[in-house]
Amino acid sequence: MIARRLALGVVTLWVVSLMIFAGTEILPGDVATAILGQSRTPEAVAAIRESLGLNRPAYVRYVEWLTSFVEGDIGKSLANQRDIAPEIRERLGNTLFLAAVAAAVAVPLAIILGLIAAIWQNSLLERLLNLFTLATISLPEFFIGYILIIAFAVKLAWFPSLAMLSSGMSFWQDLYAVTLPAATLVLVVLAHMMRQTRAAVYSVLSSPFIEMAFLKGIPKWRIVLQHALPNALAPIVNVVALNLAYLIVGVVVVEVVFVYPGMGQLMVDSVSKRDVPVVQTCGLIFALAYVGLNLIADILGILSNPRLRHPR
Amino acid sequence: MQIFGHRLSLTAWIGLAIVVINLLAALLAPVMAPYGQAELVGDVWAPPSGQFWLGLDNLGRDMFSRLLYGARTTISIALVITICSFAIGIITGFAAAILGGWIDTALSRFVDAMMAIPTLIFGLIILSVLGTSIPVLIGTIAILDSTRVFRLSRAVGLNITVLDYVEVARLRGEGLWWVMRREVLPNALPPLITEFGLRFCFAFLFIAALSFLGLGIQPPLADWGGMVRDNAQAINFGEIAPLIPAAAIGQLTIGVNLVVDWLLSIHSRAHGEGA
Repeated sequence: MIARRLALGVVTLWVVSLMIFAGTEILPGDVATAILGQSRTPEAVAAIRESLGLNRPAYVRYVEWLTSFVEGDIGKSLANQRDIAPEIRERLGNTLFLAAVAAAVAVPLAIILGLIAAIWQNSLLERLLNLFTLATISLPEFFIGYILIIAFAVKLAWFPSLAMLSSGMSFWQDLYAVTLPAATLVLVVLAHMMRQTRAAVYSVLSSPFIEMAFLKGIPKWRIVLQHALPNALAPIVNVVALNLAYLIVGVVVVEVVFVYPGMGQLMVDSVSKRDVPVVQTCGLIFALAYVGLNLIADILGILSNPRLRHPR
Repeated sequence: MQIFGHRLSLTAWIGLAIVVINLLAALLAPVMAPYGQAELVGDVWAPPSGQFWLGLDNLGRDMFSRLLYGARTTISIALVITICSFAIGIITGFAAAILGGWIDTALSRFVDAMMAIPTLIFGLIILSVLGTSIPVLIGTIAILDSTRVFRLSRAVGLNITVLDYVEVARLRGEGLWWVMRREVLPNALPPLITEFGLRFCFAFLFIAALSFLGLGIQPPLADWGGMVRDNAQAINFGEIAPLIPAAAIGQLTIGVNLVVDWLLSIHSRAHGEGA
């Protein structure tokens, strides 16, 4: 079962790389015309195509691109002819740091709030949580970000409004700098995660063996922690991994709001400069993370459910 | 008042009111707006006053007028995107459901692959090659979004194509297009209508996010995401200028969601699943 899912994951990764390559190569406006922009002549386009090796068949270039990506050599930026790799490495580190901080806060918080909402159904607290999650789901990421900036950076002046990182900063200084962007990301993913956790726990709570436990007179907290939670763990783990994949999309916008030197910001800048190699690389890394998290979600789901662990 | 033979709940009323107000603002923008969308009328970031209800923006344009014109641009583009994505998604989804066989397998696997990449990331990659113009934006988002519509209409279509009346129509010798339009579509409408609301929200937020990133609708056209971007600097002076268009985006999504929730609840009640 797990082996099959892993194999499927590898196939997905391969297809994703193929699609990203195809997306930038087969579409009518190719890299050569993108470099030259408006002032292109057919001769200049041909010359650039020649120097970038774009005249060779697409499948040759695809194999070359993929192998060099795997080897860590991701080519040169079109904008300044420098190697992309060092910059990507630094920015990837920054993005991972931001995402990790957000995940470290969001996951436990979402599970606890989800449990609370499932246990005290129809209470005032649950309604407030519902209202709150509906609001954070509907609002765009940048709205949440700017609200936090207004409240905590401008009015209260507790945190910086721009998340600058420099190499000399200690871990705690880094953590302080990313507080607001991380909080924004937490709010973005918290609602989905909490709602699905609540749904998972609630569906277990309404099953007969829980009713039996209630009838035996076991206290409520023990029922929830010992009987309901272990059985709801599989869907919860799945939900958590899936929502961490949402972080990837959220991170792009949040980095722009806080001018954070991460991959998302780099990708957006490169799109407006039409720097295709950088966009391709960033896109591939984001897609890999997304596919990887989905894969982990499925595998954890299989592992935590004994019925799926053995082939029927 | 009743719609589809059901009474509107309070939240549905609120949602419907929000949607109607937004549509009116979009339709009547040129009539209602006191100033033009690119007209410079005063100081940069002037605070709200009797003359300028919501203050002025980063270039000294009237915020309220731009908000109305922004509704026009943003809502109409999001609507066109949703309609296109439904046209693509429903036709391919029903075709896959009715024809089955290798066509179904090929389309489904292709959609699976598309969905393995986050939409925003895929969108950015395509925009980097094609550049940002309104037709490219509409085409890109509509195609990316149609994968979700394909999934739904294929699933719904599969349940309908096994029914006797579809079989009868096929035996009568009706073509694929006729079966899709006259037999499957009318019976698949309820879930598709609710999905339309959700997909509209998605397209709307997507285009707003792209404009916010500077990769969507380009100035001087007013649009809500772009207005947030233009006024972002004001936040450091404690001005709420960027929050106004951002709030406009939020209220419309909430309104549509409230209506969709209500539609979902009457739909599930009709099938006896309880509200």
